[in-house]
Amino acid sequence: MVWIPRRISGRIGKAMSILVDAASRVLVQGITGREGMVRTQLMKDYGTTVVAGVTPGKGGQNVCDVPVYDSVEEAWQASGPLDISVVFVPAMLVKNAALEAIAAGIKLVVIVPDRVPILDVLEIARFADIKGARFVGPNTLGLVSPGKAVLGMIGGRAESAREWFRPGPVGVTSRSGGMTSAISYYLTEAGIGQSTIVHVGGDAVVGMSHPEVVASFQEDEQTRLIVMFGEIGTTQEERVADLIENGNVTKPVVAYIGGKAAKSGTRFSHAGAIVEGTRGSHASKVERLQAVGVQVVDSIADIPQVAAQLLDSMGGKNE
Amino acid sequence: MARIYEYQSKNLLKKGGVPTPQGEVASTPEEARAVAERIGRPVVIKMQVWVTGRAGLGGIQFADSPEEAEAKARELLGKKVKNFVVDRILVEEKLDIEAEYFAGLVIDDAQKCPLLVFSSVGGTGIEEIARTHPEKITKMPVDILAGLREYQVRNLIRKTGITGKPLVQLSSLLTRFYKVAHAYDARSAEMNPLVLTRDGKIYAADCHFTVDDYAVFRHPDLGIEVAREFDRPPTELEKIAYQVEEKDHRGTFYFLQMIDEVSPQDLAIGFNGAGGGGSMMSMDAVLGRGFKLANYCDTSGNPAAAKVYRAAKIILSQPHIKGYFASGSGVASQEQYHSARGLVKAFYEEQLEIPGVIRLGGNFEEKAIEILGTYLKGIPGEVEGYGRDDSPEFCARRMEELIHAGESLGHRVRSIEVLSPPAERYSFEILTGNLFIDQDKCRDCQSKGCVEACTAGILAIEDGRAALAISREDAKRGKCTECLACEIFCKFHEQDAIFIHLPIPGLKEYRDSLINGLDPASDLGKDR
Repeated sequence: MVWIPRRISGRIGKAMSILVDAASRVLVQGITGREGMVRTQLMKDYGTTVVAGVTPGKGGQNVCDVPVYDSVEEAWQASGPLDISVVFVPAMLVKNAALEAIAAGIKLVVIVPDRVPILDVLEIARFADIKGARFVGPNTLGLVSPGKAVLGMIGGRAESAREWFRPGPVGVTSRSGGMTSAISYYLTEAGIGQSTIVHVGGDAVVGMSHPEVVASFQEDEQTRLIVMFGEIGTTQEERVADLIENGNVTKPVVAYIGGKAAKSGTRFSHAGAIVEGTRGSHASKVERLQAVGVQVVDSIADIPQVAAQLLDSMGGKNE
Repeated sequence: MARIYEYQSKNLLKKGGVPTPQGEVASTPEEARAVAERIGRPVVIKMQVWVTGRAGLGGIQFADSPEEAEAKARELLGKKVKNFVVDRILVEEKLDIEAEYFAGLVIDDAQKCPLLVFSSVGGTGIEEIARTHPEKITKMPVDILAGLREYQVRNLIRKTGITGKPLVQLSSLLTRFYKVAHAYDARSAEMNPLVLTRDGKIYAADCHFTVDDYAVFRHPDLGIEVAREFDRPPTELEKIAYQVEEKDHRGTFYFLQMIDEVSPQDLAIGFNGAGGGGSMMSMDAVLGRGFKLANYCDTSGNPAAAKVYRAAKIILSQPHIKGYFASGSGVASQEQYHSARGLVKAFYEEQLEIPGVIRLGGNFEEKAIEILGTYLKGIPGEVEGYGRDDSPEFCARRMEELIHAGESLGHRVRSIEVLSPPAERYSFEILTGNLFIDQDKCRDCQSKGCVEACTAGILAIEDGRAALAISREDAKRGKCTECLACEIFCKFHEQDAIFIHLPIPGLKEYRDSLINGLDPASDLGKDR
């Protein structure tokens, strides 16, 4: 059963969103597990085209009317070309699963589990680079292009995902899963829709990080404004500032940086949110972003208003 | 980034063929003397703590004789340095230094690869070297799939002007260093200084490894108790919490103690966040109202109700906290009723007396708030549930108001009752505990609602009594999702016949020692 969005404006209907579309053919790895089953239901209910699942040893079963295969290669042969794989296997098996998907020819892998060893992530990154593939995560809730498709577990179930996220001109990228949804929900409440919402993942090294997502939004016809939820630690926000400074990103960016109160050297749950020396600190990120013209807000609650003002100044509709 | 001690790092290097000074670890002055005797030359004695700049803190001493080594060891052992008490020291041969270098391995999040860093100047911190001698530092990204080749290292080091035998020695040494770091999932590794001695040998005179938290499970030999980065050793409560996290991979449970001993005067609260970003935002909100956090905790990633229950029990093992504050992003994708049920079971068992503000916004928030409201009426403390349209700031204010209204003296930690149901009681094992059903009580049950409440559908009515509908093996393997719905239904709507035992190893002992230590004359804990 495919959910047809009620309101599709002409432009939104034609353009492909940055990473996924209703027509994208999606595989679920680990489809027979606790999360795999529940989120396959979410994705299907929302309108994502889930065509196959993989759990080694469980080939021949069905989950939510999706056929299960023993390997990605077998799934590809039986179900036809696959665009995207969403991975729900235990952390210690993620590397093997992601390499399998990429080797089979899948060009986008969404890695939901957390606690994936960092060297495993580096291996996936290197192999993806060689094969021309990309990945989101690990430790990601996933992403959603409102009215088209959801990948991962963002929204939890289709009903809430439909309520919280609406199509529109704002691209959202965030290092916090919960805040990805929160920001998007507050935008929706203010009558501002979203083009694509990406949770890049909470870890120290992730596949597509803020700069890669922001660069994609720059190329995306639907996106007119970018909202970024940054955090202390890593170089992601600084690299977004570099893109703006070099003129590679010209769309307006609104940012919030979390972790103002965090102590240096102590990690507050996200593995990526640790300040090493002065590098990656809250103050240094805010300063760097402001220097290139990013509107950095002090409170999440200010985002919808700032976004509305910027959109109004550019003209055009918000939904 | 779990840290390991210098002597542990050196043992790893030694095994991997990287020369280190002759030496051994000691934990008594007598042992230090024996090591110095075995070495038979002047020695250096180094306290083993996770603190940088040990020399400046007096933590590195020299001794020319075994007697002196013993005396110096006596001075160092037991010394308090920042958050550490020195309990072990490394006794090593003193090197005759010709030159010092720096070598390190870090992970570059932008290039997504390991980055090998070398400097022909060493001894001080790399930031300092970068400031004073930027031209002496070279770096190279490592292809993690291909590994690091000796010739690549040689080309790297050559750029700093090093030639001849040291060039060859260093190239080989750094290649092996990389292999060790990689094999042990090092999040960072540093040899500083690398020492060239007057007789032409090179040793890792000091080294420092951190291990990726998420890969610690691959290295039980390292004996890492709590795989988290700390600037101090983990507390007892953190160790207990970490065991819960290790044994249950459904979602995240992260627990950090922020105040070792909350005093009755502290305006400190137990903090239960959900999700990294939402937790930090919520933390900012409560700190903004002048509260202190007794602990920082994050239960997210769709944890089972049983895991949230254990988190709450651990948070409530901190005496004198004035309130229980739970808040995440507000728009969570996880099924929030799991968290609600976990909290209900914990608060009810504790007969929570302090107020709680529980912000469970997101997926199924209405159901979650309803669970809190329905089942927590009977406890002494006031607990309020909030959703996505209530801001963390508003909730922090409610916390403040409730604490002031109640004039609570703070949380009393209770002993944990030892469970001893009769042997004939019907029970079965579940993933992380046991489920007991007092089937005699089922006779008086009108609704048999436990079967309906069970989201996993593993209960059925047999001969008028609730029982497992699947095999015991399947229940134990996780078919029972530990959602706690059957217990809560039966307790509040029917006969209170179901009890789910979810043990937390070490918590009873911890609480008992706390109760006894706090005030031996107190009868706290005896009342239940």
